[in-house]
Amino acid sequence: MIECKELTKQFGPLLAVDNLSFQVSPGEVLCFLGPNGAGKTTTMRIIAGFLPPTSGRASVCGLDVESHATAAKRRVGYLPEGAPSYPEMTARSFLEFIADARELGGAKRRARLDEVYGLLHLEPVLEQTIDTLSKGYRRRVGLAQAILHDPEVLILDEPTDGLDPNQKHEVRQLINQMSESKTIIISTHLLEEVDAVCNRAIIIAGGRILADDTPGNLEARSRFHHAVSLKPADPSQLQALRGEIEALPEVVETELDSKSERLTAFFSDRRLSLRTINELADNRGWELSELHLESGRLDEVFRTITGGARA
Amino acid sequence: MNGVTAIMRRELQGYFATPLAYVFIVIFLVLAGWFTFNFGNFYNGGQASLAPFFNYHPWLYLFLVPALSMRLWAEEHKTGTIELLMTLPLDVWQSVAGKFIAAWAFTALALALTFPIWITVNYLGEPDNGVIVAAYLGSLMMAGGFLAIGSFVSATTNNQVIAFIVTVVICFVMLMAGFQPLLSPLVGWVPLPIIDAVASLSFLTHFASISKGVIDARDIIYFALLIGTFLYANVLVLHMKKAG
Repeated sequence: MIECKELTKQFGPLLAVDNLSFQVSPGEVLCFLGPNGAGKTTTMRIIAGFLPPTSGRASVCGLDVESHATAAKRRVGYLPEGAPSYPEMTARSFLEFIADARELGGAKRRARLDEVYGLLHLEPVLEQTIDTLSKGYRRRVGLAQAILHDPEVLILDEPTDGLDPNQKHEVRQLINQMSESKTIIISTHLLEEVDAVCNRAIIIAGGRILADDTPGNLEARSRFHHAVSLKPADPSQLQALRGEIEALPEVVETELDSKSERLTAFFSDRRLSLRTINELADNRGWELSELHLESGRLDEVFRTITGGARA
Repeated sequence: MNGVTAIMRRELQGYFATPLAYVFIVIFLVLAGWFTFNFGNFYNGGQASLAPFFNYHPWLYLFLVPALSMRLWAEEHKTGTIELLMTLPLDVWQSVAGKFIAAWAFTALALALTFPIWITVNYLGEPDNGVIVAAYLGSLMMAGGFLAIGSFVSATTNNQVIAFIVTVVICFVMLMAGFQPLLSPLVGWVPLPIIDAVASLSFLTHFASISKGVIDARDIIYFALLIGTFLYANVLVLHMKKAG
């Protein structure tokens, strides 16, 4: 459980976080989305207890992060931006140090260490010093450090940055596995990540919350929501098809993506869109290599929402 | 295991994971020997005493201890690991103490490795070993004072070179506080009790009495207070930096 109330952080003249209030409950995976400098990292740093807020308060599992700092920190696993770690240490000695600092002892310590080595596939690099590790391994050592004590709350600042697609997939699976019992906040620039791991997304820009919704509902705000995209088997027919579709009274406009040779039609009544195109294609005997109903495009929603705030 | 020990162990591991520890120890031992034999007239003095050896410790520490202390916090700020450290469930004082104790223990090791000179002087004559033990203790206390100053300065910056230079300057002033060149600008316009107070802060005077074998509680308290004060300031600086 994470609770932020009217959280504000000012760095000199810069208002980094502006009156943020939100709550995250166990089972929720909240994704912070926002342009660079939006205040995502600052907010996460405040919750993790690294920065004190200028005003407002944050609490973790009911513990105020300022007045009960140590108790709150025990319940949080935190991956800082860029996954910093001590370059001269081996991965093993680094994680042993974290286990010491988190006072993991006895059988639990051994079991947890072995478990995170396995979960993040660290066995081959345990004896290597961290400065010799690839970016992907460093990030995984950082993640291992964050989940080592099996915390109730996880705060992960760009957990998949620098990972290859396979590693990204694995980390997302890991987050999904842990999400049932934990409260998780992640930040990301990768919009596909929102669909892959989050059940809630907050879009931040200029330190303010601009949208707080499920990924599905955010996608529904897109003008692509329930638009129909199609691709003829024979690309030369594209213009002819476009003409016929535009002639339909229900169609507001069409867009042609020349790169993918895909045509997208926008409807005045979104509910009928796919059926209308289907019927038309059937009547005319079009051969299509692709036909689908768009669920909405998060990148477009993101640009629309944050574009105005930047100006 | 408690937080201070965790930090201390990590720090010590860090010293020996890099060439830092070995370079420091070798240079310390070579310089200590060189000063003793070249400037200290260890042989020609004709006395079975380690005074020629201990007399140069303040000057050795002046440059070697800041080299050790400069990275304590500056490096954490520079590499961003400070964020990791500060979000572990540890109080700031635990990290400060852990780092300080590790650095002090390491200096103690370097100092202990000068034991051949103690064996030599016992082989050559019959020195007062009580005085030598007291001098080792005084030397260690003084190193602790230098380290506490260095740790504090290191916390104020994320540039290790700046940390080094500022520490050397502060330590030099602390060493020389009792001497004419430093006091003369004050004479005439500053009340005498204050000048006396400044003079009594000198490392050299306190170290000199211990190294003669006189373990005066006031000298020990002086170094203990000095260490305590600078480590406390160190904690405050980290809190202030955190608040931005």
